[in-house]
This record gives sequence, structure tokens and C-alpha cells, in this order.
Amino acid sequence: MAITVKPVVRPQRTFATEVYLIEVWKGLALTFRHLFVNLFRHTMTLFGVKGFLPGAVTIQYPEDPAVLGKRARTRHRLLKRDDGAPRCTACLLCETICPAKCIRITAENAPDVTVEKRAKTFDIDLGMCVFCGYCVEACPVDAIHMDANEVELSSFNRKDMIWNMPELLGDVKKQPSQPDFKR
Amino acid sequence: MNPALPMNDILFTTAKILFAVLGVGLNIAGLLGWVERKQSAVLQDRIGANRAAIFGINILGLFHPIADAIKMLTKEDFIPKGATKWLHGLAPMISLGCGMFCLAALPYGGVIQYAGKAWDLQPIALPMGVPLVLATLAFGVHGIVMAGYASGSNYGLLGALRGAAQMIAYEVCLASSLAGILFIYGTLDFSQAVLWQANHGIWGIFVQPLAFILFLTAGTAVTKRSPFDLPEGESEIVGYHVEYSGMKFGMFLMTDFFESIVICGVITALFLGGWTIPGLDLRAMGLLGGALMLGSFVGKMMLLLFLLMQIRWTLPRFRFDQLLDLGWKNILPLSLINLLATVWIVYFKSLGAFRWP
Repeated sequence: MAITVKPVVRPQRTFATEVYLIEVWKGLALTFRHLFVNLFRHTMTLFGVKGFLPGAVTIQYPEDPAVLGKRARTRHRLLKRDDGAPRCTACLLCETICPAKCIRITAENAPDVTVEKRAKTFDIDLGMCVFCGYCVEACPVDAIHMDANEVELSSFNRKDMIWNMPELLGDVKKQPSQPDFKR
Repeated sequence: MNPALPMNDILFTTAKILFAVLGVGLNIAGLLGWVERKQSAVLQDRIGANRAAIFGINILGLFHPIADAIKMLTKEDFIPKGATKWLHGLAPMISLGCGMFCLAALPYGGVIQYAGKAWDLQPIALPMGVPLVLATLAFGVHGIVMAGYASGSNYGLLGALRGAAQMIAYEVCLASSLAGILFIYGTLDFSQAVLWQANHGIWGIFVQPLAFILFLTAGTAVTKRSPFDLPEGESEIVGYHVEYSGMKFGMFLMTDFFESIVICGVITALFLGGWTIPGLDLRAMGLLGGALMLGSFVGKMMLLLFLLMQIRWTLPRFRFDQLLDLGWKNILPLSLINLLATVWIVYFKSLGAFRWP
């Protein structure tokens, strides 16, 4: 493909820009327009008049839900096969590649002869995870994804940052962390 | 006592000064913190501070200045090891005191008749009002230099030097841009200047439009607010108050707001007709006239503050050499040309060449 070049004319300094007052006036016109248009929209929203754009692009996050991108890399999630068993074959590739060493897997013999091994425990310490996504890349059986679309992962202590296998699979809901004085 | 002369007892004067400094000054300065946040937010398509609430009520974030004040009062008052302690404490007081004093010299109203006596609504009525305000504003630079020098920090000292260079450059422009219009008014008294505009039925901005623009620019520079905020440079180049915390830092912040109010008050008095309202003779309306005078003056002042705030959020900061060039090479010569032209026009007018205004 041939490279197409669009020559951009550099803005030249003219008398009008040197005087500066005209440019100041232009800038003020822009900001005043934004100010009054937004004030008008805010007022219309306040009085419940429909049909106007919102006056601000702000998302009031804790009250309104966070808007995540379609491909946002969020909390890990373990996938299941069609028969409901976890896909993970405990090959330890993710544990090996993890730069933060936050994955801990214990393997056991699988009753299904085709997969040889399965994970007995699968713990991810999200307090150590750097959300690089290498585990997803490394997995040969597509068992781990980072698309749970969950970003509110904080807890009151380090122990509660560790997610175990049922929680990652979605079988068990992770209990919300409690502060120490409430235990 | 001669009933034609304005009331001059100490109680009334004290009340007027308290009204000017506490009523107008502190309230508007507190409000300006809110206006600054909200106006910048709205013009940048944001919402702005809206979290501070009392019992779940937040009136568009109006409690934020109160929360700010409580925060600043309860913060640690840190004085660095190498600082000169008493100068470090004195500096913000000088800065804020100068700003506060200027507020008391502004003409919030003229002389009104009430209860058989004449009441002068100007807190400190002096025949030398304009130079007094300019000199006091210029004295505020001592606070800045003191703050930078006494805090024992090189960054503070550099900020103070930038502040001193800027203030000296623009104080000259401030005075020289006013020289022309004061020559036309023939007085240095604020109330006489307002009366001249009331009697001639024309505002100073139409008599001397160039002086208005020059004074507005120089005034913005003197208040050390963006686009001339090199002495402070909140975001990247820390300034003279780098070693200050708590309410002492808050006093420097307040100084900016106070000086903005003073500059806007001077512009209102000298260029926008002061307390006059076109078409109304407020001096003959008694108490109502007095209230209208205050409302008119403070209202014009607030509109100017709104404009200054808009300029502050529109323009990028100047480079330091551009700043000094603008002061010494542009505003000062223009104001001197303005003065010269004014002198010639007044001279030809006195010869009877024309009649205006």
C-alpha cells in the first residue's frame, strides 16, 4: 500500500495572533459557549425536561456502575467443559509463566482418562496479580480467562484477596471481606 | 453637628469596615473557591465538586469551601528547620492584611440621606483613595518575598523572586494605566471619581477603553492568578508558599481572592460607574437607594470576578520572559501613550476645541 501524505500547513504567526487580544477573545468565546450550553443543559436536566444532552460527561462512579471496555482485562475466571468439569488439566503452564507468582495449583489424578490430570486446588492471589494476562495466553486448553468484568476486588486483609477454585469457577460466590473488628 | 456633612462616628465607621472586610471580602472569597471549581467544571464538561454534604444535603457542592476551611484549620502547621520562625508566620499575615485593608477603601456606596443625617457608605473615605489602594496592593509583595526568604527553601526563594519581579513590573503598569482616567476625573478619590461618572452620565470604560483593558491585564497579573501565576504555579513550578501548610497556606490562597476582589472593585469604581445605576438617582432614595448602591457595586464586582475566572480557565500560562515583555514592553508604553493622548485631549478641550463628554 502506498503511503499517502497529507501536508499540514503550519499555522503562521500573523498580526492578529501577535496582538493576542483577538486570540484571547476567540478562546473566551469558546469557553463561554461551553459554559452557557452546559449550564442550559444542566438546568433542563434539573427541571426534568427531556430531549437535551447531558451537561457533563462525568460518570458518578460509586453510584453509577463503572463502564468497562468490551475487551477490558478484569478478574480471572476458570472455564468448564460441556460436561461441567473444570477445563484445567493442571499442566502448571500458567503457574510457571506468571511473573508475579500469584497462581498456586495442586494437581491430582483425573477420573477422565483423556486428560490424565486435573487441578485439586487452584488459588490466585489477586493481591499479587499484576493483570498481565500471560496465564490466559499460556493456557493450552483455554481454561482461564480474564473477562469476569469485575474490578472491585479490594478486601480488608491480604487473606481475602486469595480466590480459590470454586470461586473462580463461579460455583461459590466470594464472600465480601469484613474488617477485622467485625469478625 | 452639621447635618449636611456625612456621619462620621466611630461605630458607623467600624460597622462599615467590618461589612467590607468580613461581609464582602470573606464571603466572596469563600464563594470564589466554589465558583472556581464549579465554573471550571462546567466549561470543561465536568460536574465538579459535589460530595461535601451536611445531613445528606449538598447544595451544588456549596459546602466545599467550609470543608476546605475546616481541613486547613485542623492540618499540621509545619515550619521547616531552616526557617526563620517569626518571619515565616508574619508573611501570610502581611499578604492577607494588605488585601483586606484595600477592601475597606472601596466605595460601596455614596452619601445617602436617612433620619435627617447624611451617611457615607464608603468605609474609609480618603481624598487619596486610589494611590492608597495601589500602594497597599504593592506592599503585599513584601509578604511574598518574606515567605520565600524566611522558609529557608531555595524553591520558595526562587518563587518569591519571580513574584517580586512580576509584581514590580505590573504595579508600574497598574498605576500608569490609571493615570489617564484619573487625569480626566481630576481627583484621586474613589467617591469623586464615581460622582464624576454619575454627573456626566457616562462610564469610565467608554471614556478610556484602552486603559480598561490595560488595567484588567495588569490587575490579573498583580493578583498572581493564571495566566500570570508564575510566582505560585500550583501544578508544576512550586512557588513562594512551597513550605507552607495548613491555614497559613490558606491565607495565601485567600490573598489571591482578596486581591482579585480589590482589583475588580477598583475597576468597578473607576470604569463601570461604581455604585451608580443608569437612569436612577440613588442618592435621593434614602435607605432603598443605599441598598441599591451596595447591590449595584457588589453585583458589578461579581460580574467582573466571573469574567476574570473565565479568563483564568481559558488562557494558558505565560512564559516568564513573555510575562515581563508584556509588562514592560507592551502595557507600560501603551499606558504612557494613553496618558499622553489624554493630556493633549484634555488640553484641547480646555481651549474649547470640542465638548465631550
